[in-house]
Amino acid sequence: MSESTTLDETATGTDATAQHSPEPPDDGHAHGATDGQYIVIALILAVITAAEVSLSYMDVGPIFIPALLVMMAVKFVIVVSYFMHLKFDNRIFSFLFYSGLLLALGVYVLALATFEFFA
Amino acid sequence: MAIIERPATEPVVAPTPTPAPIVTPSEAFGTFRRPVETTGWRAWVFTVDHKKIGVMYGAAALFFFVVAGLEALLIRAQLAGPEGTVLSADVYNQMFTMHATTMIFLFAIPMAAGLANYLVPLQIGARDVAFPRINAFGFWCFLAGGIVLNLSWFLGGAADGGWFMYQPNASVPFSPTNGVDFWALGLQIAGIASLTGAINLIVTILNMRAPGMSLMRMPVFTWMILVTQFLLVFAIPVITVAFFLLTFQRSFDAAFFSPAAGADPLLWQHLFWIFGHPEVYILVLPSFGIVSEVLPVFSKKPLFGYPFVVFSGIAIGFLGWGVWAHHMFASGLGPVSVAVFATATMAIAVPTGVKIINWTLTMWGGKLRFTTAMLFAMGLVVQFTIGGLSGVTHSVAPSDTQQTDTYYIVAHFHYVLFGGSVLGFFAGFYYWWPKVFGKCLSERLGRWNFWLMIIGMNLTFGPMHILGLQGQPRRMYIWTTERSGEGFFNLGFWNLVSSIGAFILAVGVLFFLTNIVHTHRKGAPAPLDPWDARTLEWITTNPPKEHNFDRVPTVSHLDEFFHRKYEDVGEGDAHDLRAVATAEEVLAAEQAQADAQIHMPSPSYWPIVVAATLPVIALGIIYGVYIVSIVGALLMVFGIFGWAMEPGTAPDSDFDPSPVDDGGPTTELVRSE
Amino acid sequence: MSDAATLEAQVAHDDHGDHGGHGGNGAGHPPTTTGLSHNKLGMWLFLGSECLLFGGLISTYMLYRGRASENLGPDQIYDLPFTSVSSFVLLMSSLTMVLAVSAAGRKDVRNVKLWLTVTALLGATFVGGQVYEFTSFYREGLGFTTSLFSSSFYALTGFHGVHVSVGIIMLLAVVGMISRDRIPGDRAEVVELVGLYWHFVDIVWIVIFTLVYLIPA
Repeated sequence: MSESTTLDETATGTDATAQHSPEPPDDGHAHGATDGQYIVIALILAVITAAEVSLSYMDVGPIFIPALLVMMAVKFVIVVSYFMHLKFDNRIFSFLFYSGLLLALGVYVLALATFEFFA
Repeated sequence: MAIIERPATEPVVAPTPTPAPIVTPSEAFGTFRRPVETTGWRAWVFTVDHKKIGVMYGAAALFFFVVAGLEALLIRAQLAGPEGTVLSADVYNQMFTMHATTMIFLFAIPMAAGLANYLVPLQIGARDVAFPRINAFGFWCFLAGGIVLNLSWFLGGAADGGWFMYQPNASVPFSPTNGVDFWALGLQIAGIASLTGAINLIVTILNMRAPGMSLMRMPVFTWMILVTQFLLVFAIPVITVAFFLLTFQRSFDAAFFSPAAGADPLLWQHLFWIFGHPEVYILVLPSFGIVSEVLPVFSKKPLFGYPFVVFSGIAIGFLGWGVWAHHMFASGLGPVSVAVFATATMAIAVPTGVKIINWTLTMWGGKLRFTTAMLFAMGLVVQFTIGGLSGVTHSVAPSDTQQTDTYYIVAHFHYVLFGGSVLGFFAGFYYWWPKVFGKCLSERLGRWNFWLMIIGMNLTFGPMHILGLQGQPRRMYIWTTERSGEGFFNLGFWNLVSSIGAFILAVGVLFFLTNIVHTHRKGAPAPLDPWDARTLEWITTNPPKEHNFDRVPTVSHLDEFFHRKYEDVGEGDAHDLRAVATAEEVLAAEQAQADAQIHMPSPSYWPIVVAATLPVIALGIIYGVYIVSIVGALLMVFGIFGWAMEPGTAPDSDFDPSPVDDGGPTTELVRSE
Repeated sequence: MSDAATLEAQVAHDDHGDHGGHGGNGAGHPPTTTGLSHNKLGMWLFLGSECLLFGGLISTYMLYRGRASENLGPDQIYDLPFTSVSSFVLLMSSLTMVLAVSAAGRKDVRNVKLWLTVTALLGATFVGGQVYEFTSFYREGLGFTTSLFSSSFYALTGFHGVHVSVGIIMLLAVVGMISRDRIPGDRAEVVELVGLYWHFVDIVWIVIFTLVYLIPA
């Protein structure tokens, strides 16, 4: 992975995308977590998964589904942010991925709402 | 070719394109040796050059435009008089389905892809696209998809469910031929083309701009292509899901859309229109971009409110995701949903109106030159506005309920798609023809082309408003005198007018085709800068060399080329332009600092090999011979491995070290100077 | 053109020669406008696009999960302990994948190959579990066309399974190509790209596991 400084930048003062990378762009290796931290993250994920599974054997009333959805979202964000380095990487990557994700969430929730799925 | 050697010492005169040395691969990658031909059909079939791919996209799309146009003529011939006998009911259904499908998926999308492929790298000052082989793969996928789709005509009948293929009407009991299967899988393959092409173009635009080309210095055409490609990236997967479910339903007996099995047929409608509405903007935004290039050039004024045009394009792209259910007002969505989508639909008229105003104000007070390109651009502004206004009437849900499935809808979307996309493309053809082919299309034939098309389209689609409001249903294959009414608004008269208009329109298109032939036979070479243009693609030869720019230009303004030619010597708010350099001088200044050595991506067999396996897989599924599909899939995996092991740009060691000429300075001058 | 701009362009230019290339020839990437690699931008765009693909399949399943024939609905047929274990296996394959990427960053070829192989094996275990699950469902009478629930369940999890299988092929191919030194371009980046794809497949499963298996219909 080459750490390419863009010489264009000097001439590109107003570039919205370019403003993110005045310093050499981060390719994920330099600022990512260490192997030990990855193992800790994986353990956290495992614990959440265990909590999810045990929750489905318990009767916790109305918070059951919200709790599961929150844990799902937390796992999702942890994997995306740390394992996929999105937290450390250039914001353009986050923009591209989360646009797709939020768009998917928006249109499909809206479509299911017209089926009165949530009623 | 892959490598362009240049004399190391800079010659004093403008250097010229050194002919690419003939090279042979000294090392084989994957299974095959690299193709090295620079002429003949191999130079096209194995090319990864964005310009050649752009031309192939354009040629194939134009062919499908003619095919779909002929289908439209048959439809209008059938409806010209009462009790039409030109087509049977069954063939009529296939005809309107394939007319729409071909126009949308095989003409409008690939034509925009072709123009984008050719022009975006030139407009941003790049030498090629980000993924040249994926680019070639995309073109071959589109062609393969188009062929699979149209094969159905010869193999038992084409799809007949209308272009939105509502379910369960298009399931096996109601559409027993294989037509819909060919349709679903053909479009699936064409969808791969759109998806890969979109990723390629977005990365190209984000990542390969010339020094100084910030986002807000990009030409509007490039901006609109960027928005369009984002729409494609996110819309194509939705229709992919719909096509897969349809294929499962028809070929593997699932019941996703069968009410008899408890399914909700509205699922198809939602999936289709979640894709389908952004698709409308995918069709029209590239033309908006073209018009935003053409109007300023022929008004000799900068585009009025560049940031507004850009941001309204982005706003259209964004809002386009929240209005899909306005295609479904008559399906019983419930009052809340209808109200939400009706309001969103009204909102989207605002950014579109902003664009119309900006274009009008661009022309206001300008030194207008009524070239054919300008006529088509002005035609778009007028015709699209009519379509936009009838569109706003649809956003009023009660009114829409009456209009649904009548000819009024047909009138509306032809005004936006023909008056929007098609007129924009034609403006682009006349504007960029000298850039691509080195010769200007004939203006005299062009005028005939324009006026016949404008008169033809208004005669064809204008009366459809009346027909629709009088209650003529869409997709009706026959009408009778008894039921056509009387007086000025009788259906018979207006159907005849519409059919006559369609043939006038066809003559207009014929003039365009004649113009192409005429120009290529007799046209003189175009000047370097025939239109006094403004953007970067004109700072190179006509047509551009394989590596586009001898030196990648450095950009310091919006409309960079214009600013190199003219200086504003006016004081305060007064503008007084003074010519400071000719186009030839600008180009010569660039060429004087030509790069010594340019590596270009090398041609490859793999894109077409991988793309060719897709129809094999599709045909296996359609006819239930799964072994054929499996063989096709294995071939595809093999192709991908070959692809993965082949470097995109061949290393120097991959070429014969002794080029044909000795690399000394050449004296041949650039042709167009 | 001003002299300053010319000079600047000339400087920029010396590194610009390779502009048309992608993936390159081992000499690293040509400078890009954003400073980011083409391949990685392309991969993230593709993953953003895949969100809408899986979103559509998940929505179809959510709409139809209650439309099952009696005794063969989601609440009767799922084997939660079994699926929990295979979900855990896939989750841990993300850990081994990230270790491979990390080793690739250190140019530690031996560990790259090791962790990629382990990831592929964990992935294969997951797919094997899915095959077992499908077979046992089928034996209980839940075919692809049995009900809307079964069709949408098999379509969704089948698509995911195909994605995992493609990932396994890519992992093994990368191991093979590293061993024979046949990767054109940046090796660490290739590992990273495969890793992004693999993690994506994992996060899709995180969503499927909760929405399909844990939340009762």
